[in-house]
Amino acid sequence: MSVIKKAIETVAHVMPDRDRDKLADQHRFLGQPIDRLDGHSKVTGAAPFSAEYPVDGLFHAALAYSTISRGAIKSIDTSAAERSTGVIKVITHLNAPEMKVPKPISAQGEPSAGATEVRILNTDQISWDGQPVAIVVADTEDRAEYAASLIKVVYAAERGMNSFEEAIPSAKKPKQVLGEDPEVTNGDADKVFSSAKNRVDLKFTTPPYNHNAIEPHAAIAIWHPDEKLTVYDTSQFTAGTANSLVDIFGLKKDSVRLISTYVGGGFGGKGCLWAYNQLAVLAARMTGKPVRLALSREGVFRLVGGRTPSQQRVAIAADDSGHISAFIHEGVTAQSTDNNFPEQFSFPPRHLYAMATYLIGQEVCEVNRVANTFMRAPGESIGTFAVESAMDALSYQLGIDPVELRMRNEPEKDPVSGNEFSGRHMREAYRMGAEKFGWKNRPAAVRSQREGESLIGQGVATGTYPMYRMVSAARVRINADGTALIESSAQEMGMGTATVQTQHAAELLGLPMEKVQFDYGDSTLPWAGVAGGSSQTVSIALAVQQAAEKVLKELLSLVHKDSMSVLKSAGIDNVRMANEGIFRKEQPLVGETYAQILKRAKKDFVAAEHTTGPPMEIMKYSMHSYAAQFCEVRVHEQTGEVRLNRWVGAFDAGRILNPKMAMSQFRGGIIMGIGMALTEETVFDDRTGRIVNPSLAEYHLPVQADVPPIDIVYTDIPDPHTPMGARGIGEIGITGVAAAIANAVYHATGKRVTSLPITLDKLL
Amino acid sequence: MDVSHNGFARISLHVNGVERSLTIEPRVSLLDALRDHLGVPGTKKGCNQGACGACTVLVDGERINSCLALAVQYQGRNIVTIEGLAPSGVLHPIQQAFIEHDGFQCGYCTPGQICSAVGMLEEFRSGAPSAVTKNGVPGDLTDAELRERMSGNLCRCGAYVGIREAIHQVYGAMKP
Repeated sequence: MSVIKKAIETVAHVMPDRDRDKLADQHRFLGQPIDRLDGHSKVTGAAPFSAEYPVDGLFHAALAYSTISRGAIKSIDTSAAERSTGVIKVITHLNAPEMKVPKPISAQGEPSAGATEVRILNTDQISWDGQPVAIVVADTEDRAEYAASLIKVVYAAERGMNSFEEAIPSAKKPKQVLGEDPEVTNGDADKVFSSAKNRVDLKFTTPPYNHNAIEPHAAIAIWHPDEKLTVYDTSQFTAGTANSLVDIFGLKKDSVRLISTYVGGGFGGKGCLWAYNQLAVLAARMTGKPVRLALSREGVFRLVGGRTPSQQRVAIAADDSGHISAFIHEGVTAQSTDNNFPEQFSFPPRHLYAMATYLIGQEVCEVNRVANTFMRAPGESIGTFAVESAMDALSYQLGIDPVELRMRNEPEKDPVSGNEFSGRHMREAYRMGAEKFGWKNRPAAVRSQREGESLIGQGVATGTYPMYRMVSAARVRINADGTALIESSAQEMGMGTATVQTQHAAELLGLPMEKVQFDYGDSTLPWAGVAGGSSQTVSIALAVQQAAEKVLKELLSLVHKDSMSVLKSAGIDNVRMANEGIFRKEQPLVGETYAQILKRAKKDFVAAEHTTGPPMEIMKYSMHSYAAQFCEVRVHEQTGEVRLNRWVGAFDAGRILNPKMAMSQFRGGIIMGIGMALTEETVFDDRTGRIVNPSLAEYHLPVQADVPPIDIVYTDIPDPHTPMGARGIGEIGITGVAAAIANAVYHATGKRVTSLPITLDKLL
Repeated sequence: MDVSHNGFARISLHVNGVERSLTIEPRVSLLDALRDHLGVPGTKKGCNQGACGACTVLVDGERINSCLALAVQYQGRNIVTIEGLAPSGVLHPIQQAFIEHDGFQCGYCTPGQICSAVGMLEEFRSGAPSAVTKNGVPGDLTDAELRERMSGNLCRCGAYVGIREAIHQVYGAMKP
């Protein structure tokens, strides 16, 4: 652990906790199943996505992509493209002006969103198959795409590191994994393991995956006089993307306005700056026209990275009663030659079980592929597949029910950091889930249930995902007409941000929801962190709470100047914001509305902005959401086809702020996990490094027919150390899913499948 | 259809009850004609190859993938997009049910899902069988029937359960 990190943790442990958020126990709007506020615009087609903004005189750009994974461009012939009807410009590395490489994605300090160090269109060097080599700008999209197909490139190809398996022997321990040590140990786990009586030792592989949000990435770039720039984009990180565009083009701070009101799904794939927006800006600059660059589906596969493949080993030893004596989790992921993201698959066991000894660590190797990136529950989704499959195998070896085995290893404190849990109700989640699922009726023996030609099995697995909180800013404004405006550059991509932030502000300020407006998705608003790590809801809410406190102080200073006010002598500790104004805590009927205060003070509004401090609470407590995933599969005995009969997801994720939308987040995560387990895989040609299934026809997302009835239950117990008592829910849903399915398949068939996806061939 | 010397064709499309004329190249899909030429971008582009269903619109009451249709072939047909499902401002029951059952998250596949659901219910009522229909005669709209018939519309957010609940509710209310 770094000295700095150790110092911060020491400080975190002596700093006082924030008071328990009183909103955690309020139910006027928080906790209610309120319909999405943006629902009407989405069901009527009125919601504009980035490619759809009407812009006069819009031109269209299309990209040509490298067809080799490593080497150099020897020559590039753009003449046919330039002659093609409607084309006004072709841009390659030969005529593109110098652009700065954006800093890697970071939400700390000056935000940035870089995905790769590759100098796109500023170099003749090729680093991955799919790297853009030319932009064509034309008057229609069809003409731009056609002309791009006419570009002829001659390469001096070199042999790239195209195969993950081939790269594995060169894997190295990274300096750090998301700020954590790449390896943690306690005792001699190898020795304990090798002499243990009860043990399992399994190797797992997971393939690359792609996010495949249904909205392909698209940007419209419009330059204004004075080097100002407007970009309509589809972004999970408006502040970082806008700020990186400032860097890339050497502009003045705040000269870029990036608007991203609606995002057609992200899942991590729209967090970084994946160059299409940068190239739209470049094309607009070089042509003097507003330009749209809307990626094709294939373009998304070529240009936007996905989840790394992994190879993992999990070895567990336990005594006869099931208590873990040694836990080993190690393995390798891939990153590109030009980015730095060792996906944190070794995180789950650091927090899940009491372990007498452990060896938990990971390595990373480099391949000539598009930069890997975070995809829904990076680390935990693939890590729990390995860990929870191994725990299942251990349960059969010991003859202990898989749920019971997990309960016997519930830790009192975080097994690695030794920190107290902020809120951990795994037992309750398992109890609720098992009851809903009817787990007690499940026969223990494998291959013991049949339905026609299919074998039936039930499986269970634990899911876990950390609580993160990002430094974020918000502005709160209360107007003289008694309404409030909340502003943050935050992102809405379907998680329910627009709705839940309005619920929160209404609850906080004591206003009806109709009197609260939440503005978001615009980089000119106070900067929020990236919509990632399931962190956005609480991150923004804390900024809003702290800004609202400043507003309250300002309002009190107004009434203190006013001899007529019934609040004249009131201090901040003996009032509360309620009933559309400020009222005394002890005498709830004594107070004034915001409108009364502001009108008398002859003010149109009071407003305040606040940026939150770093998440010290996460340094002090072990903060995680948890899941108990239960499922039933049927496996066709002749064909090996796996179908799901039913699912129960039980979650311990702190307070649930909007049950209707939370249900969708949980189910959505589970469904993405079903795809990960059974059908999805980005297939790279190991000889060339080229993705061979860059389409939704050949990359198989789950469809209606694949998705069984899904029941959701949750503990709804507020976390005492988070805003509103909530923890993140966007990613917990996918964790544990692939393992639950693999475990159910084992229960049905007696076959332990350790490589994803679980396709028919692996069961025949 | 009149194709001029520069390869453009002047055509007319009947969209959401209004006759619209436009000048396009014959290769322009119905989807792109709606989104980029007629300013009706409610219909979405997800894959441009008929694999995701985001571009579903209703043509003479039947659902089609508009990305696989050439605009020039759809003159004289009655085209209804998501923008045309609530002409008087009152939401179509399917739209309303999608909101109530949270049948979407990001909203990008939603116009296609909704148009597909409207077309599907009509197909089902007309007695058209699906791959899971027993003996070729649809009885009730079971979950298996609904899942089979709506599998052409991908939703990456995974709102499938809410979508099913929404469609079941509307179907239940429609039944005689």
